[in-house]
Amino acid sequence: MMRRRGAIARLLLGGLATLALVAVGAAAEQPSPKVARTPPTPLVAAASDLKFALDEIVAKFRHDTGATVRVTYGSSGNLARQIAQGAPYELFLSADEQYVRWLADRGLTRGDGELYAIGRIALFAPFDSPLRPDAELSHLARRLSDGTAGRLAIANPEHAPYGRAAEQALRSLGLWEATRPHLVLGENVAQAAQFAASGNADGGLIAHSLALAPELRRRGSYALIPESLHKPLRQRMVLLVGASPAAERFYEYLRAPAGRGILAGYGFAIPGE
Amino acid sequence: MDWTALTLSIRLGLLTVVLLVPLAFVLARWLAFGRFRGRGFVEALVALPLILPPTVLGYYLLVAFGRASPLGQAFEAALGHPLVFSFEGLLLASLLVNLPFAVQPMQNALAAIPPNLRDAARCCGLSPLAAIRRVELPLALPGIATAAVLTFAHTLGEFGVVLMVGGSIPGETRTIAIAIYDRVQAFDEASAGVMALVLLTLSLLALGITNTLARRMVHRH
Repeated sequence: MMRRRGAIARLLLGGLATLALVAVGAAAEQPSPKVARTPPTPLVAAASDLKFALDEIVAKFRHDTGATVRVTYGSSGNLARQIAQGAPYELFLSADEQYVRWLADRGLTRGDGELYAIGRIALFAPFDSPLRPDAELSHLARRLSDGTAGRLAIANPEHAPYGRAAEQALRSLGLWEATRPHLVLGENVAQAAQFAASGNADGGLIAHSLALAPELRRRGSYALIPESLHKPLRQRMVLLVGASPAAERFYEYLRAPAGRGILAGYGFAIPGE
Repeated sequence: MDWTALTLSIRLGLLTVVLLVPLAFVLARWLAFGRFRGRGFVEALVALPLILPPTVLGYYLLVAFGRASPLGQAFEAALGHPLVFSFEGLLLASLLVNLPFAVQPMQNALAAIPPNLRDAARCCGLSPLAAIRRVELPLALPGIATAAVLTFAHTLGEFGVVLMVGGSIPGETRTIAIAIYDRVQAFDEASAGVMALVLLTLSLLALGITNTLARRMVHRH
């Protein structure tokens, strides 16, 4: 018995030692953090409304230049907070210029950046939803007043500009108080869109750019909300302190007709055009 | 399927095991054999991550290791970059979160060693280190292996803390659990489904292994 236990012991110890070697090897393979941080692929922080549009731009950028970038999507407020806390992003595409200003005031940006798009919101509902999207939200209002309204997804207005715009539109129409008990809040606008498109909510007030993506068009229909109902979503991008030349090249690509064209295709109004 | 995220998670899991298991063994031995006041308190501290909401731990990590804190600044000076939103930050979080998963199985295994065996080792003139190596380690091995497997599997699945201090940076802090969350939001259910299945299989495998090891421990007595 003792001998067998000894054999098991050796086997397990051997296994652990191998595991350790593999892990140490994997760690050694990693270039030191300082090296990893400069080349080769710059990190981009982007508002979630850009999810599909920016993926397309990155694909075209890679096709045209052979270079690429790594993109992390999130709510503009969360991303700005992470940048302020030292997240190693080189370029920030915000859905709202206030966050770019906020970072600029802290000396974390290279200048004020540039307005790259004006966003719009849309009421999206899956095909089998009882909610029918219309621009004035009249069907939603009727369902709210007769007590049949289900869940409505929006992004969290606390830190997501598209959530804020959704709240403003509902307030403009006098529906905010009635809608509040029905709201489900996405951590960012892409999650709100997912709540709506998966049928887990009756619909959602989401980014027009997301409603136009094939993944959502396959699942439902939408109505564009009039611009007059909310403050304009002035989307600003900015290079961050420590941006590499590779990040600068992507920034220039976004300002060039190639990048602007794709943004326009996703329903964004392009400033200066 | 996000391979970068999977390899990142595996690297994080292995490094956590390699760093944590030896440290936790020392702690487990102290808790198993030591007779001192406040042992219950130390045991409660070790077990805390089991029931503490991950967001609470994430919040404290952000506060304690953020750029504004002295600790965070010391790390930043040493590493050349902030601890939060980096792989090193995730590793630190992972070491804390996994403490109970590493300590408890080893503590149980060590406590189950009959005292007369340890006395015999001492009587036979084994030095304390030799007694650990030749008596305690072999007898506690199922516990050690359970600790390693549980720690590894639990690291792969950790979500809340990683979401708060990680920031989903590809190749740096986007673990497989975070990648699933991202893929669902991108309407990429095929990819999310494959990754979820990978995690499900690994978790099931880990539990299968630990149950087998636990049975082996029981059978010995």
